Amino acid sequence: MANAARVLEPAMDRDIFNEWFDERMAQKEAEHVPSMTIIATKGTLDMAYPPFILASTAAALGWDVSVFFTFYGLNLLRKDLDLEISPLGNPAMPMKMPVGPEWLKSINMNIPNIVMANVPGFEKMASGMMKKTMRDKGVATIEELRSLCLEADVKLVACQMTVDLFSMDQGEFIPEIQDWIGAASFLPTAQKADVSLFI
Amino acid sequence: MNTETTATLDARGLNCPLPILKTKKALNGLESGDTLHLISSDPGSVKDIDAFCTQTGNELLENNTENGDFTFVIRKS
Repeated sequence: MANAARVLEPAMDRDIFNEWFDERMAQKEAEHVPSMTIIATKGTLDMAYPPFILASTAAALGWDVSVFFTFYGLNLLRKDLDLEISPLGNPAMPMKMPVGPEWLKSINMNIPNIVMANVPGFEKMASGMMKKTMRDKGVATIEELRSLCLEADVKLVACQMTVDLFSMDQGEFIPEIQDWIGAASFLPTAQKADVSLFI
Repeated sequence: MNTETTATLDARGLNCPLPILKTKKALNGLESGDTLHLISSDPGSVKDIDAFCTQTGNELLENNTENGDFTFVIRKS
């Protein structure tokens, strides 16, 4: 039995087989369309960027992309986006002035948690400042990235359970959502993907 | 070989990933063999446009820095 491979040898010309195999593999690779699936679970302004940036860029590279929005990620599919960011409990977030001279804009303001937690409208203000900084630096808005994703045929699917859980209505979300599904419907797509991310 | 620029895209002031997305859109409107002249002010686009062309099979003919902006000439595959 140990010599089984050897028995086949005389019947098959190895060089011809190897050549055919390499050609077939190269052909398969050239025909393969890369694919990516993303699970988007966060609904704040900062966490809205990674899924939309990666999805739109992958689509531009010619990949097949689908994004599954679940839990707070569903917030990113609302008709009216009003995303916010909270510096509270978010110590890595830089707090910088979007206006004024360069020396002022470069200072990271160290605001105590107690102030951030107690000043009414602090999150609104921080969100407004972040949006202004992004606009000034030429960073796309989430609305813009989302519509670019749709234009590039990125498949946006949403979690049915989340809508039921938080007593939402499907009408609150953009009509371009391709499907309302659950984990069992999404996982088989993710299984076949070359890249799969949880954000 | 036709190296005449067919279309121009000014992506100055835009940040990642917009130069790539706008480039892709501009290329969609062109015919195979056409060339696109791209201007970007995003330093990240130097490596990204190169990677984009490698992945999509479009040919990056030129890649220069002019007065702090980055210019590219891409031939659509």
